[in-house]
Amino acid sequence: MIRNLAEILLSLMGVLLFTTLILLIAGAPPFAAYIHIFKGSLGSLNKLSHVLNAWIPLTLCSCGLLYTFRIGLWNIGVEGQVMMGAVFATAALRLGMGGEAPLFYLVLAFAAGIIGGGLWALLAGFLKTRGGVNEIFAGLGLNFVAQGIILWLIFGPWKRPGIASMSGTELFPINLWLPQFPGLRMSPVGLFLAIGAIAVTAMILRYTRIGLQLKAVGGNERAAFLLGLNPARNMLLAMIFAGGFAGLAGTLQVSGIYHRLIPAISSNYGYLALLVVMLSNYDIRIAPLVAFFFACLNVGSIQLPMMLQIDSSLSGVIQGILVLAVLGVQAWRARIKIGTQGVKGSPGGANP
Amino acid sequence: MTEIDLTILFAGVVAGAAPIVMAALGETLTEKAGLINLSLDGSILLSAMAGFAAAYTTGSLVFGFMAGAMAGAMVAAVVGIFSIHLNRSQVAVGFVLTLMARDLAYFLGNPYARLHGPQVPSLPIPLLKEIPFFGPVFFNQSLPVYFSLLLIGFCWWYIYRTPAGLRLRAVGEHPKAAYARGIDPRRTQMLYTLAGGLLVGLAGATFSLSVKPGWGRPQGAEGTGWIALALVIFGGWDPIRAAAGAYLFAFLQVMGIYLQGWFPSVPAQVFQVAPFPLMIFTLLFMNLAQKERVVIWSEGRPWFRSMLKWLWGKAPTALGKPYAPE
Amino acid sequence: MEIALQNITKDYGSVRANDHVTMRVVPGSIHGLLGENGAGKSTLMKILSGYTPKTDGEIRIDRGIVEYESPAHAAGLGIGMLYQDPLDFPLLSVLENFKLGQSSSDMTALRIRLTDLCRRFGFTLDPDAPLASLTIGERQQLEILRLLEKGIRTLILDEPTTGISGTQKAALFSALKQLADEGRSVILVSHKLEDVEALCDRVTVLRGGKGAGEMDSPFDPDQLMTLMFGTRPKPPPRSAEAPGGPVLNFTSIHARGGRTGLKSCSVLIRENEVVGLAGLEGSGQGVFLRTAAGLIPPLSGEIHLKGQPMKRQNHHGFKRKGVNFLPSGRLEEGLIPGLTLAEHSALQNGGGFWVRWPGAIADAARRITNFRIKGEPNLSVESLSGGNQQRLLLSFLSENPTLLLLENPTRGLDVESANWVWEHLHRFCAKGAAIVFASSELDEILAQADRVMVFFNGAVIKDVRTQETDLRELGLAIAGRA
Repeated sequence: MIRNLAEILLSLMGVLLFTTLILLIAGAPPFAAYIHIFKGSLGSLNKLSHVLNAWIPLTLCSCGLLYTFRIGLWNIGVEGQVMMGAVFATAALRLGMGGEAPLFYLVLAFAAGIIGGGLWALLAGFLKTRGGVNEIFAGLGLNFVAQGIILWLIFGPWKRPGIASMSGTELFPINLWLPQFPGLRMSPVGLFLAIGAIAVTAMILRYTRIGLQLKAVGGNERAAFLLGLNPARNMLLAMIFAGGFAGLAGTLQVSGIYHRLIPAISSNYGYLALLVVMLSNYDIRIAPLVAFFFACLNVGSIQLPMMLQIDSSLSGVIQGILVLAVLGVQAWRARIKIGTQGVKGSPGGANP
Repeated sequence: MTEIDLTILFAGVVAGAAPIVMAALGETLTEKAGLINLSLDGSILLSAMAGFAAAYTTGSLVFGFMAGAMAGAMVAAVVGIFSIHLNRSQVAVGFVLTLMARDLAYFLGNPYARLHGPQVPSLPIPLLKEIPFFGPVFFNQSLPVYFSLLLIGFCWWYIYRTPAGLRLRAVGEHPKAAYARGIDPRRTQMLYTLAGGLLVGLAGATFSLSVKPGWGRPQGAEGTGWIALALVIFGGWDPIRAAAGAYLFAFLQVMGIYLQGWFPSVPAQVFQVAPFPLMIFTLLFMNLAQKERVVIWSEGRPWFRSMLKWLWGKAPTALGKPYAPE
Repeated sequence: MEIALQNITKDYGSVRANDHVTMRVVPGSIHGLLGENGAGKSTLMKILSGYTPKTDGEIRIDRGIVEYESPAHAAGLGIGMLYQDPLDFPLLSVLENFKLGQSSSDMTALRIRLTDLCRRFGFTLDPDAPLASLTIGERQQLEILRLLEKGIRTLILDEPTTGISGTQKAALFSALKQLADEGRSVILVSHKLEDVEALCDRVTVLRGGKGAGEMDSPFDPDQLMTLMFGTRPKPPPRSAEAPGGPVLNFTSIHARGGRTGLKSCSVLIRENEVVGLAGLEGSGQGVFLRTAAGLIPPLSGEIHLKGQPMKRQNHHGFKRKGVNFLPSGRLEEGLIPGLTLAEHSALQNGGGFWVRWPGAIADAARRITNFRIKGEPNLSVESLSGGNQQRLLLSFLSENPTLLLLENPTRGLDVESANWVWEHLHRFCAKGAAIVFASSELDEILAQADRVMVFFNGAVIKDVRTQETDLRELGLAIAGRA
């Protein structure tokens, strides 16, 4: 316990040291930068609502990724799955622009978003199980394709009356927006869904046969097959789960935050969620906390360009170093284990 | 299209492909030793930024390229240390670095965005440039382009014709056997991870100092790293085939500009993502071409088999598998 | 060059592979190292070749103690080894394989050297052919020439006659004799009597990691057999049930896999039968079991299970028909590392959306008691010992199987565990199941099986009732003398 604490402190100190160094190189005052990140994320209720707005999609994507990591798949395509969820949701909401029964179209948008993300993930899954295309390349390629589809829609069929621009499609009428907390630009629906996703994921992974089978196939595909499981089917299932949650995140981005489709609708949350899950050591209990910390970094660093004339991508640098530090600590721990037990550490395969 | 158009088209392809060729060859070297450096996309951006910043600050292109190469090698060193010596997953480390190197580039490069910096001048080779068609395409280029052309032959010669190249292939093929013959697999892997990173770094600097001069967010080289990684597979881990893939890719990119002229209603961004589905299809076809049923079917159909052979490629046997000494 | 190994000991964790082994090799002699599979021969030789570090003991070369930590270092001292799993590079060319590890980098000179050496020993190797296109025998020839070029004076060969043709074996033996005549030493590791008889001047026998004795040529085969296998009590008579109706029927099955594949195999296995598969590792027994389990689709021929054709069925289809397959790689194929005993139980019991953990834990606890597993329901399987892993796997066999296919069911188990396993397995037989198992221990086959099938080079060359055969006859059949 004390050693764990010491490890955490040590890696945090390392991260702080490196970040400070980077800031000094960039000629920015480190202390001021940290203060701005802190104030910019947790300084007021309004700021906190922005943090939660980032936390919700991050958490949803992280939940989805837990299924694919559990079975040993690197679902880099999660980013595109968020986008396709957003596209499908937008399509549904556009149908409802006439004015009648907004609630129906909102519900439809959620269903469509989940299906959109799931289908996009299923495509990558089939490329992997049937086509033998590595899921990293399949997913990544599909991310770019999804981005292309969004741009085509914004500049083509869904362009704003008059002029098409990078600012996205036409705003939805206000009755198709998700309800918001009074005085805050934040929807209780998203918060509710994210918390629900954590609960559902924790439950499925822990208490259902699906969770057990994903773990079994991820642990040893061959033995799982001999035990009577179908590895390919389980992989597709994990992909559908991941895509569904990502699609849900995309739907929330469209209906709860931007109220239209914009080119950067996914805000990199998919890629970031991969880091969240890695940093949380693939643990559903830790992932939401890490997601919250990452959301703070993201939102807090938005201030930096204005206040200190440095780029907001500092948050990404800090997040990356954090994951590297944790990987380093794990290696250190494995080495100590070898020293005391004389056992070889498990080789670092692609699987967590 | 007229004769002049073709010359310009191909000259553009050869110039535009230069950094992609370097990156794909660098990664080929690394993977030949059995290690995957997944961080290419971020490495290229970081080294593009480092190259531009160094060249801008010192006013020297040489320093620019050196800084780019250093940046690429440094990212590769992190991948190498974590996966070879610390036994961590190559994919995990590579992926983290992809994102982190990109963000680091945007962060540190912020002051250099949209500045007008030094640019590699073109350096026509006298006499040779007078050759019709080939002259303007190959000999009316800049130094990095000549370098990329020479690099293809050099890499092939190095890998297949030198003792060091033989040791490199041996380690990627069967590290334990290499060890039994007095080769240190870990040192070899580290060496070629660094060498590959160096070339990737040069690719980045070539972007920011020649092909897409300048720095910005986005720089324009985003996504190239992934293409280079796919090209290594497409090339079947052979430098010449990987380079051929890079030219094919650059050709399609240039064609995209023409297509845009023909279909003005389709937004430019759509053409920019076109290579990626193509990448998926290529990998899919390669996999299908190696399926046992297809291979058996091709026996006795020479024309089909010779076409198939272009899609066959054998990954180094130990690729991605960590080497554990006895 | 005289080599003396003194009190060599090697521990892998808690397993002692070599226990104070001593052996001396005289220059210019061919020295045999004989023993069963798993007797510790390969480990001892890997220590001598510098591939594996020893735990204790000393190596003397020409009376001087030497210490080395790599094969390259050993080669520098003049010791070279041909490993059982060839340590060469299939994707590289013959010449490139010849070159790797030599100090010279002059390709032209090396090409000439290779051609010269080939001529000297009567080998024909094309320097530019990819190694993958060579037979195992040719790859061996190349390795020998490479080591000679490197200047080695003691050559170790680990089971060199496995998987090579008769002519290649003759060529190999004459080359080895030539080397001995030139004053070099050869150490031949084998578990085949005939190799040792044909070639060796002196032989050291290992049994269970220890030196069992030494003999000079000419050898008395019976005495060597006793040294190898020890004097063991006759197996207790077992009341075998009379064979019942047909269970598994192979009609001229050809299948790919392993070193040799499976060639034209026609076999009928009946209810209540226990069939032992003998043969050198990789002679076709593994392919036989995996084909019978539906894991390897046959290239041609037909499989019938209880009279029904099994065309285009995968393993799951076979499983539904009551076929149970137990792989020898317990943690590679049998169990799932990282999962606990309770999780394995839950997977095994199948059905339903929810996993009822209390039930799964109770079920695991029941298996632990019934199968005398030393472990806890919440312990992950890789922390169990080999014997306990095997017991857990046995607990997963279905209640009333029609056919049990087992790969080395007692490998790595102590005698008590092995006996327990067999007691348990015979109970299935009494209920009408057929058991087919592969084992590298002839004793086990003689004690447990009603019928033995000996595999050689992918084919069944002997198929007899156990009562009608003995250790010596089977040992000869394994070596190809049926």
